[in-house]
Amino acid sequence: MSTATEARHGGLSVRRAGKIYDPGGAAVVALEECTFDVAPGEFAAIVGPSGCGKSTLLNIIAGFDRLTSGEVLLDDAPFATSAIAPPPGPDRVVVFQNGALFPWMSVLENVIYGPTRQQVLTAHAARDKAMDMLRRCGGLDTAAERFPGQLSSGMQRRVEIVRALMNEPRVLLLDEPFRAMDTVSKAAMHRHLLEVHALYPKTVIFITHDLEEAIYLADTVYVMTTRPGRIKRALRVSLERPRSRDMLASQAYLEMKRQVAADVHEEARKAFERGERELA
Amino acid sequence: MNAASGGYRRRPLNWRGGLAVGAFLVLWELLVRFKVPGIATVPGPIESLVVFWNKYATQAAYWQSWLASFRRVLLGFVFAQLLGIPLGLLLGTRDRFRELVFPVIELLRPIPPLAWVPLSILFWPTHEFSIVFITFIGAFFIITINVFDGVRAIRREHIWLARSLGASEARIFRRIVLPSVLPAIGVGMTLGMAVTWNVVIAAEMIAGDNGLGRLTWEGYVSHTSTVVIIGMVSIGIAGYLSVLVISWLERRLAPWRD
Repeated sequence: MSTATEARHGGLSVRRAGKIYDPGGAAVVALEECTFDVAPGEFAAIVGPSGCGKSTLLNIIAGFDRLTSGEVLLDDAPFATSAIAPPPGPDRVVVFQNGALFPWMSVLENVIYGPTRQQVLTAHAARDKAMDMLRRCGGLDTAAERFPGQLSSGMQRRVEIVRALMNEPRVLLLDEPFRAMDTVSKAAMHRHLLEVHALYPKTVIFITHDLEEAIYLADTVYVMTTRPGRIKRALRVSLERPRSRDMLASQAYLEMKRQVAADVHEEARKAFERGERELA
Repeated sequence: MNAASGGYRRRPLNWRGGLAVGAFLVLWELLVRFKVPGIATVPGPIESLVVFWNKYATQAAYWQSWLASFRRVLLGFVFAQLLGIPLGLLLGTRDRFRELVFPVIELLRPIPPLAWVPLSILFWPTHEFSIVFITFIGAFFIITINVFDGVRAIRREHIWLARSLGASEARIFRRIVLPSVLPAIGVGMTLGMAVTWNVVIAAEMIAGDNGLGRLTWEGYVSHTSTVVIIGMVSIGIAGYLSVLVISWLERRLAPWRD
């Protein structure tokens, strides 16, 4: 992990996190005793079946939801507990699976919205920074004046990642951002995300149900159990960076996949039999 | 969604639509000429046009009918938007308020605007007020319910992200809630405008002493069926023009949609 040393902060520690939803008495345990650590600059992937509480975990870190037990530490400071729910902030920005660019703002307006709203940059400086980042992230600057609805979903997702990065987040939270994409677009997005992460080495938490993409992208893969969600297994990915698609045929990759595939499939089967659906 | 030109695109003229209108007029004329049973007593489009041109096109009273109907539609419609849009926003964003007010709305909403005619004639000092009020009723519930649904359809991810990016609640209302609801406002206005014309014409027939509805009714009472046709076609054109204005407004307000 050559880039980790450049990242100054963004270490995340989830300790015995628990979340119980209680809509009208029927308690649903979404998370239970969920524990793992992510080092600053690390790319962590969380793999689990539908409804295992992956998104719940992300929403808690982002500040959209509250823990019922345990705690989350950000750079060694307790930051979310059952008593403290941190407000959403620009240091933890989520990219959602269906995309959430504001359709009524141009690409550029979307991207500069954070820094200008928080008044950390003047409109002029934000504009310059945005155009620079958009250009660096795959030549998106040519689309700056378009509305999101005029772009492909892949391009929208790339813009959304730039919008998050514009805020210099400590953690970038990606909630199955490529779920609805076809295989070809997905492969292009993987390469793009790897390039962007090399360029802006932020701590990333990437949620997915796709084990292959998790291994290909991440430094560490955490396998989550079906509800109540907890970490069943952690896998250090030994593939070096920069990653290439050739590695997907390498012995090391196949071996890692073989090691955890059984766990992933077992949880997926349990979730399938119980007919789990997304909670949050 | 071809955005090559970037901003506003001119729509090509809809020649198929023009063709259909032309074909309809030709068919109508033919049916009348060949005295097809049931239609024989209806004046044809050419006869109506001749009467219109010779008698009505230059008649001040005819154009005053337009003016009178348009004024009522406009007043009723604008008041409906002014009250209905904020009400819909309140219903959608304030739970307590919704619980308090929504049942009242749901009770009043199924009452057809024309069922309000007797009461409003008793209540309002002049017939003019009554007609405008009934017109208002026609558009009010439609816009209110549409805005309310629009608020409920706002994606929570948009609100969440705005908070993450540092927006205050007041800004979220202006920059997220309002633009999210604009398309629903457009739908409510388009539907409301059509209903408004329906209602104003009927109300004029019952209670008006001028307007396009009255003109049409007088044509019927005096057995001059060309006047009925002229009135009906005028109403159709007036309604169509109003909806065109609304669509133009919609495109101006929400340029990101297509």
